[in-house]
Amino acid sequence: MNKLISSVSPHFRGQRTTQNIMLDVIIALIPAVIASVIFFGLKSLLVLAVCVASCVLSELGFEKLCKKENTVSDLSAAVTGIILALNLPVDVPLWQAALGGIIAIVVVKQLFGGIGQNFANPAATARIILMTAFSGTLTSWAVPQAFNLLPDAVTGATPLSMIAKGETADLPTYLDMFLGNTGGCLGETSALALVIGGVYLLIRGVITWHTPVAFIGTVAVMSLVCGQDALAQVLSGGLMIAAFFMATDYSSTPATKWGKVIFGVGCGLITILIRFWGNFPEGVSFSLLIMNILTPYIEKLTRAKPLTGGAVKK
Amino acid sequence: MKLKGIRVPHKKNTAHAAPVRISVPKTVRIPMSMHIGKPAKPVVKRGDRVLVGQLIAEADGFISAPVHSGVSGKVLKIDEMMTAMGFKVPVVEIETDGLQEVAETVKPPDVHDLDSFIAAVRESGDVGLGGAGFPTFVKLSVKDLSKLEAVVINGAECEPYITSDTRTMIDRAEDIFGGIELLRKYLKVKRFIIGIENNKPEAIEKMRFLAERTDGVEVCALPSVYPQGGEKVLVYNTFGKMIPKGGLPLDVGVIVINVTTLAFISKYIETGMPLVEKCITVDGSAVKEPKNVIVPVGTAISDVLESVGGCKSEPAKVLYGGPMMGIAVPDLSAPILKNTNAIVAMDEKEAAPPKVTPCINCGACLNDCPLRLDPRAISRAYKKNEPEDLKNLCVDLCMECGCCSFVCPAKRHLVQTNKLAKAVLREYAAKQKAEKEGAK
Repeated sequence: MNKLISSVSPHFRGQRTTQNIMLDVIIALIPAVIASVIFFGLKSLLVLAVCVASCVLSELGFEKLCKKENTVSDLSAAVTGIILALNLPVDVPLWQAALGGIIAIVVVKQLFGGIGQNFANPAATARIILMTAFSGTLTSWAVPQAFNLLPDAVTGATPLSMIAKGETADLPTYLDMFLGNTGGCLGETSALALVIGGVYLLIRGVITWHTPVAFIGTVAVMSLVCGQDALAQVLSGGLMIAAFFMATDYSSTPATKWGKVIFGVGCGLITILIRFWGNFPEGVSFSLLIMNILTPYIEKLTRAKPLTGGAVKK
Repeated sequence: MKLKGIRVPHKKNTAHAAPVRISVPKTVRIPMSMHIGKPAKPVVKRGDRVLVGQLIAEADGFISAPVHSGVSGKVLKIDEMMTAMGFKVPVVEIETDGLQEVAETVKPPDVHDLDSFIAAVRESGDVGLGGAGFPTFVKLSVKDLSKLEAVVINGAECEPYITSDTRTMIDRAEDIFGGIELLRKYLKVKRFIIGIENNKPEAIEKMRFLAERTDGVEVCALPSVYPQGGEKVLVYNTFGKMIPKGGLPLDVGVIVINVTTLAFISKYIETGMPLVEKCITVDGSAVKEPKNVIVPVGTAISDVLESVGGCKSEPAKVLYGGPMMGIAVPDLSAPILKNTNAIVAMDEKEAAPPKVTPCINCGACLNDCPLRLDPRAISRAYKKNEPEDLKNLCVDLCMECGCCSFVCPAKRHLVQTNKLAKAVLREYAAKQKAEKEGAK
């Protein structure tokens, strides 16, 4: 008699896999990548390629070295690479971009146990480390030259640095900020492209609305409260990419719904604190890192109470 | 508010297939344990001639159930077999003669009050036909009838593939309402709620048609989300109260009865034919022609598969019940049990075990748990062997519905871990209790 497979129920599994979730994230990032090419030229693709290659090769190399199972095919390293690239200025020296990938994957992700185990967002942490180490190159922003694939290297200011310096008269129009025609990192300038990607993730059920709404909402409300231009605050800097793609990272943020709300609000508050009163013009990456550290506590605080239905009447 | 659930494929391919009776198999093997509780004690011996409906084993203790033969023939041997659950139980093997001669003992029972009604249900060998196999008469033995506010009738049938309850509601609606009248008469219940998932419009229509002509019967069309038919979920979604942890439906004033169980009770009181045959759905990717069939209890799965025209390909995994909570059988000689409502035969592709990858902390398991448990945290506590944490996480509340494993993108064995964690907690609780008593 043939041998039948014996296993514990359920015998059906859903369609979702880690790999197809990551693929959805990559698809959702495509509009931002296209926007980066439109505004910063073909060089942005080079930065992207270097970051992705560095992340994937770091993961491959580290796992080989530690004799761990190869997890490159789950695409999470590629996602980290894309998000890291979108968080760098287009004129970043390529070796610095590559170093960022190694930091993100080896230091932040693999040393803590690999996928699902990292307590901090790899891309955000790598960006912070690069920013502190190479503050010159990491804060030199190319002036966007829309539809010029091979633009000349001209540097300018980002809307946030203008606001920080009080040069609000030079601010680009809201439309330019929405489309992404401003100075900044590769993928953070185009709110439109990021919102398209975010909506795709929401529709696909990869993320829920809680984090982005809480994060962006807090920044908007607090800007109003502090008497600042809320729309400019929401549309500029790394807020959009962080709210949709980084504050929704599974392993470093709370899994509970209320936890996501608290996480988003916390990120928003810290962002505002740094933007208005801090030394840096932008505070999104730091807000992510600080809230990442608080994640286990937020989760514990917001864990749903099991439906035990009260005590048994004797 | 309703408890949430998840969307699983319905695959109700056989919803329109009225059940057909299969020809009597050459032999049947009837296990003595097809219910929750102690196995029944055989009262026949090798060489005895048995008839349809004849008692072959009597109940042993209060939570137990008698067993009857569904065929006429000769007892070949009384043996032991390993069940799919891994227990050894006695089994009576009968060689059939094809005459299907009915025993003289099969006559309508004398039922005139609650006690005689419960006694009759006990004699019928009835067990919960929804799948759990809890003897029905135990459920009906309500100590304080004033506490009983309603009877929830389970026609949700939320497992993929299975349509045997659907067919009961369509083909035997009168029997279900006959059962309702019996419960009204003897248990003095005034309110009946029939819960049906809305992917069975024909069954809902039929039940509504009769409910409009009967006092106190509500038909509750429920969203088709799994596990709508889970006892706790069904009671909450139809009656609005949560059964407490470790408690019974009666703690919130209801009893829950499956539609097919109710139809059977009514038929039994009318004819006296005990529970000796089952209507089951035979489906799955390996089955050539999915069908609903009526088979004697004890028929081998291989005979059942043959009776529907065999398999398209060699089945790689065969289940008692549906894919969400069904039990994989060790081999095709496993018999149909009283509480079997489906046989699902999966081909190699459908049965292929998924590749398990590391947890990515997406939170799908905890956000989709109908009882709001946190399987991710339970897995961690189990790995670290922290029974106190398991207790705080209420792992003993888990009904093993399988939602967490189903939605897990990393395909982790969450239900399996929950089951193991429950065992750890049970052991811990027993040890604590012993220590406490020792201290006294």
